[in-house]
Amino acid sequence: MQTLRRKDILGLEEMSAEEITLILETARSMREIIQRKIKKVPTLRGRTVLNLFYEPSTRTKASFELAQKYMSADSVSVAGTSSSLVKGETLKDTVRNVEVMGIECVIMRHPVSGSANYLARNVEASVINAGDGMHEHPTQGLLDMFTILDKKGRLEELKVVIVGDIRHSRVARSNMWGLQKMGAEVVVSGPPTLMPPDLEAFGVKYCPDLEEAVEEADVVMALRLQKERQEGGLFPTLREYAEIYGLTSRSVVKAKDDLLIMHPGPINRGVEISSELADSPRSVVLEQVTGGVAVRMALLYLLMGGVKEE
Amino acid sequence: MKTILIKGGRLIDPSRNFDGRADLLIKDGVIEGMKNGLKAPSGSETIDAQNLVVMPGLIDMHVHLRDPGYEYKEDIITGSRAAAAGGFTAVATMANTDPVGDDPTTICYIRERAGSAAVRIYPLGALTKGLEGKELAELGRMKSAGAVAFSDDGKPVFNGMIMRNALQYAAGLGALIIAHEEDPYLAAKGTMHEGSVSSVLGLRGIPSAAEEAMLARDLMLLETSGGRLHIAHVSTAGSVELIRRAKAEGLKVTAEVTPHHLILTDRAVKNSGYNTNTKVNPPLRAESDRQALWAGLLDGTIDVIASDHAPHHSDDKDVEFDFAPFGIAGLETTLPLMLDEYSSGRIKDLTLPILVDKMSTAPARILGLEGGTLQEGGAADITIVDPDRSFIINPETWHSKSRNTPFAGRQLNGAAVFTIVGGKVVMREGVITDQ
Repeated sequence: MQTLRRKDILGLEEMSAEEITLILETARSMREIIQRKIKKVPTLRGRTVLNLFYEPSTRTKASFELAQKYMSADSVSVAGTSSSLVKGETLKDTVRNVEVMGIECVIMRHPVSGSANYLARNVEASVINAGDGMHEHPTQGLLDMFTILDKKGRLEELKVVIVGDIRHSRVARSNMWGLQKMGAEVVVSGPPTLMPPDLEAFGVKYCPDLEEAVEEADVVMALRLQKERQEGGLFPTLREYAEIYGLTSRSVVKAKDDLLIMHPGPINRGVEISSELADSPRSVVLEQVTGGVAVRMALLYLLMGGVKEE
Repeated sequence: MKTILIKGGRLIDPSRNFDGRADLLIKDGVIEGMKNGLKAPSGSETIDAQNLVVMPGLIDMHVHLRDPGYEYKEDIITGSRAAAAGGFTAVATMANTDPVGDDPTTICYIRERAGSAAVRIYPLGALTKGLEGKELAELGRMKSAGAVAFSDDGKPVFNGMIMRNALQYAAGLGALIIAHEEDPYLAAKGTMHEGSVSSVLGLRGIPSAAEEAMLARDLMLLETSGGRLHIAHVSTAGSVELIRRAKAEGLKVTAEVTPHHLILTDRAVKNSGYNTNTKVNPPLRAESDRQALWAGLLDGTIDVIASDHAPHHSDDKDVEFDFAPFGIAGLETTLPLMLDEYSSGRIKDLTLPILVDKMSTAPARILGLEGGTLQEGGAADITIVDPDRSFIINPETWHSKSRNTPFAGRQLNGAAVFTIVGGKVVMREGVITDQ
């Protein structure tokens, strides 16, 4: 099997379509392992991984930890908070200390954009970005593409709508880069105050009218809305947001019948998506989570160059 | 004090439009004579300046020497040695120290330390107490103690009434105010220029309007308040246009620009992979801004090139982008960077006399300092430059305590080879000789 010729996974902007294809194909064979009764292969036996989470995470952390266990890697998980980072030991010191204990790969989530790039420059271990500030969340982008590919059989020429707080979303950024590299058309929707400045830089279309945006769409992805954004004066109330930009059965009337409904979680029911849609047969929110484990197994395998199973 | 003959150099003195070959004799700390064929008196030192350019000592009117309070980043002595190495004979140092330079005591402390410095150190006083923008500091008493202008640099004066009163009050003292233009609510928690690059990097942006809105307000206040206003580190095309119009209307406004805003853009943050040495306030802007800054510099809208030397310890800078302080250390790179812009021919209308005016004559005039000119009988503050000197910027060799520059590794043509302050050689071929 081919392998990735890079030390780190920092974002999808810097990744080629060929690399993304390789990861998604590898993830498909990894999913077969998850579907077995005995979900364990010896591929990464004796290899060590650090999970370093400076922000709370349920899904991503559990997903990475399970991926490590299914691959037989040894791992430790360290949780920090951003405030202890400011006050205490520096990130560089923390990781260098752990590195000398024999860590070969660091999975990091961090509240500051660019911190994964910074870490990758400063350690010899591979770094997988599990979300850095508002920059990228490449494994989420990959698992979203994995899910779409699984359901639709292709990515090219699909119309994917991402709705919500694009401006502050690392998930949106990774998806915008990844999906377009794979030939999909990406349209974003949401209030102008939640769009990044100079949106053209991403090469996507902006359509503030959600109903119009999802017209003929194959996939619609709602982003989690953080309440702090309201306090920052970016929109008036959650109630108004839900009415205009929330995904409801009313807002998707013009979409295709086989519209896929996605959400990276955690969901604010009744805000960015109605329960009716989140729980509908068209929703693949839980399939996304399963795909996440497979994608992360694939990345660990490709980065750490696991010995092929006998 | 040794008598020095500078022989055969190209003398540039923008204050009297002189650009030509002449010898220059320094005796007892002053310029004794300037003409061709001067003979070296016995016991004097002769500097062969055949391939060198001789100019009035360069003055950096915007530096942070961090002293008192942050001596681990820089102090008056190390900062002065960095200045001498960079070809400056004088610097004006900002008041955002600890304690803040907002009273005569701190001004006196700086002047006292300046006695041991390699170059002339001019203290700038704070405009408001504690840089809080609430109450006027004692401008008059600080001026008597030696403060050459007043600024809350690092912070804007957000309260319009305080700024209006400050301009009016300073006018009565004949004092200059230097403004750091930034609307703190528009700048918010931004860490770089707001635009396509900040969007892609996921970094919070500082919009151009944060600078321009505050600048527009201050120019309006200046219309009726009287007084003189100098705009620190202009960074946007819109600001250049606002200042251009204000000058056309006859307002007493002057402005400065830094080398990093003239040379780099926001793309440097991305290309360097979030290197915190590209984090500076105001931020590195877009290419269109950079071009407008050059246009403004060349058409006279921008009067001065200043370093905004903002030294930071690597412990402070070697962290995640959001956590790093703003600032670039520039005393030892400003002149070489500008000389390289000239010698490379990248900037079509840039000449050496223009550079000397922006880095010596204009800052002396704006701050009301001696210097900025080569006059018989005047203090012998002189910078001698080798415009062909080729070198690579290596912060490890700096005299500053700090190393924070986005220009490390750049190959440049042009550097100061002698810095002479009051007739004394304080830097010779990069070596500080002030002992």
